[in-house]
Amino acid sequence: MPLVELRNVSKIYHLGGETIRALDDVSLDIDGGEFVSVIGPSGSGKSTLMHILGCLDSPTHGTIKLDERMIHDASPRELAFIRNRKIGFVFQFFNLLPKLTVLQNVELPMVYAGVSGRERRERSMRMLQMVDLDNRSKHRPSQLSGGQQQRVAIARALVNNPKILFADEPTGNLDSHTGEAILELFRELSTQGRTIILVTHDPEIAAVTPRRIEIRDGKVANNLDARLAGLDRQAGSAAAAPALG
Amino acid sequence: MILINTILIGLKEIWTHKFRSILTMLGIILGVASLVAMAAIVKGMENGMKEALIAMGGLDKVLIEQQKVPVHQNHLRDMAPGRTIRDVYALKESAPLLKVVSPEMALERALVARGPKAYRPSEVVGVWKAVLDMNLYELQHGRFFNELDEESANNVCVIGTGVRDELFGSPQEAGRDIVPLGQEIRINDQPFTIVGMFKHYESEMDRKKREEGLKDPSQQAVGPVRQRGWGGRGWNAFWRKNNMVYIPLNTMWVRFRAATGTNNVPDQTLTDIDVKVASLEMLEPALQQARNVLMVTHQGIEDFNFRTQENQIEDINKRIQNARLSGGIIAGLSLLVGGIGIMNIMLASINERIREIGICKAIGATGVSIFLQILIESVVISILGALLGLAASKGLVVLLSELSPTQNTPVIQTQVMLVAVGFSAAVGIVAGLFPAVKAARLNPIAALRYE
Ligand SMILES: Nc1ncnc2c1ncn2[C@@H]1O[C@H](COP(=O)(O)OP(=O)(O)OP(=O)(O)O)[C@@H](O)[C@H]1O
Ligand SMILES: [Mg+2]
Repeated sequence: MPLVELRNVSKIYHLGGETIRALDDVSLDIDGGEFVSVIGPSGSGKSTLMHILGCLDSPTHGTIKLDERMIHDASPRELAFIRNRKIGFVFQFFNLLPKLTVLQNVELPMVYAGVSGRERRERSMRMLQMVDLDNRSKHRPSQLSGGQQQRVAIARALVNNPKILFADEPTGNLDSHTGEAILELFRELSTQGRTIILVTHDPEIAAVTPRRIEIRDGKVANNLDARLAGLDRQAGSAAAAPALG
Repeated sequence: MILINTILIGLKEIWTHKFRSILTMLGIILGVASLVAMAAIVKGMENGMKEALIAMGGLDKVLIEQQKVPVHQNHLRDMAPGRTIRDVYALKESAPLLKVVSPEMALERALVARGPKAYRPSEVVGVWKAVLDMNLYELQHGRFFNELDEESANNVCVIGTGVRDELFGSPQEAGRDIVPLGQEIRINDQPFTIVGMFKHYESEMDRKKREEGLKDPSQQAVGPVRQRGWGGRGWNAFWRKNNMVYIPLNTMWVRFRAATGTNNVPDQTLTDIDVKVASLEMLEPALQQARNVLMVTHQGIEDFNFRTQENQIEDINKRIQNARLSGGIIAGLSLLVGGIGIMNIMLASINERIREIGICKAIGATGVSIFLQILIESVVISILGALLGLAASKGLVVLLSELSPTQNTPVIQTQVMLVAVGFSAAVGIVAGLFPAVKAARLNPIAALRYE
């Protein structure tokens, strides 16, 4: 039973007289523990896909099942609950709250989950230790480097122990060296069994993940699984095979 | 826990925009300050008026006034007896609903003198002992008249402290208490011996002033002396009460009235008959009873009338209500303006924080928690403004009483302060409602994409 199941999902925007199909009849399965990259050119619909998978947005058509629960027609309240407990987000622009300290930022999802103050502190400090920033807990985000901010964002995303971690261009705003460190962190998390969905337009980054989903004009153009390529589990295009190498 | 967090975040938000927040709070600050200060001043006014009312004898006092005979009895006018001591005896005998009946016979153009010093007191009146209950006098020194004084029309008098101050000097000036018992004064050139002196009566405010003056020796000389005369606040119920000279009724009759009068008939009429009813609830039946008795003694000629303090109270209440209303309107308008200011600033604030709100939603904030966050911030601003307003009200009260020192001391009431804070909180809630709903409805994606 897959962790995420998308069936015929479309997201249609109407702008003036124009109809934009940001997602066009997408069907996908993602299992628990997978490390998946979603790749495609700018404007292809990667972020839209992530927002829908992440319960931030609802599709125009189609059904979504997340952790055995249909969510395409859930109420805003239920969606907030799922985002809080089952999903963690990491964004390109870090999206930390500037007025809160690092520690408070990491605590925030637990505040919404109603976790007691002491437990919040303990768990946040553990998360900050994991990303090696426990000595900066009292600092403001603006006092940290980009890479450090992104590590705080990852700590925040994981603090409620979610099933899935979404990352939209998490290295897009970092130099390549720092970006690599962040990717290394994701890889480590993946080996610990965390499901990670990484959105990027950079093939080099996508090459890191065992599975790649390629989006083009709102459609799934390629769906390659390095682990299962030989077993022909997915109808991957032959052209993509050499890229696995 | 979450509530405290939210309040702290709200406070932080206010602290980050100190100047803007103060400007926003200004309406609330003014509203609360004027509400509390107005209420304090009105309360002071009310206290002053009530004090004066009690100084004049209390609520249960009723004056029986002389009145022109009604038109239909015009032909009986010459037979109208006026108010005499017969009425007093009849009322005492036959009107059990009256607690006290006090006859008064005043001496017109009275001048009291001691040696070269002379002055006009508020009144020189011939009275019975009932006057003590009637006008709520208490003796501080000496005694009141006894039956012997009355019977033999002794030349004795009981004075208020004002008379003492005028003729013997005030203790403030002398620096020691002066008790002129046994001393002789002249009332319209007749010698009288002082046998008693009343307590000193003053308003709460004067008492405080005097006590402060005692602490501050430089101001010791002033005080009651300044209250002399007719102008300003000297001419009030307390001045009248302290500048009273009482002599036995019979003495008044024998020494001053019996020897005068038109056509060799001395004027027997009393200047006043004051009565007190046994209980205020029984006011109507008591007055009816008194009327019936007087109708008999006056042979049906209605040349008298009752004046109760109710009219006075009504007047006081009306003035207080007017003052309250105008104060309330000013405060209400300020609070309304304050509310609009808060709503404005909250709308601006959520516009600045669209992205933050989006982030909060992405990590699991529900619409309700965003709603509460904004609402609490709004209430925090309004309550903070209210607290500043309370502080400002103290200053405002001091300022106002500096500007017009003749007013009664304003009384700041805790009740009003609580109401003002509560009202401000309500204003904060109402003002925050719309911005809070707006923030809660923000689409997380739109909020996240917002730059
Ligand atoms: N709110 C919206 N209204 C109208 N069109 C939208 C909206 N959001 C996204 N789109 C359109 O949907 C398409 C997909 O956008 P999306 O942000 O998913 O692209 P992307 O693959 O993430 O691109 P990038 O790599 O530049 O981030 C784009 O053509 C975009 O213009
Ligand atoms: Mg994107």
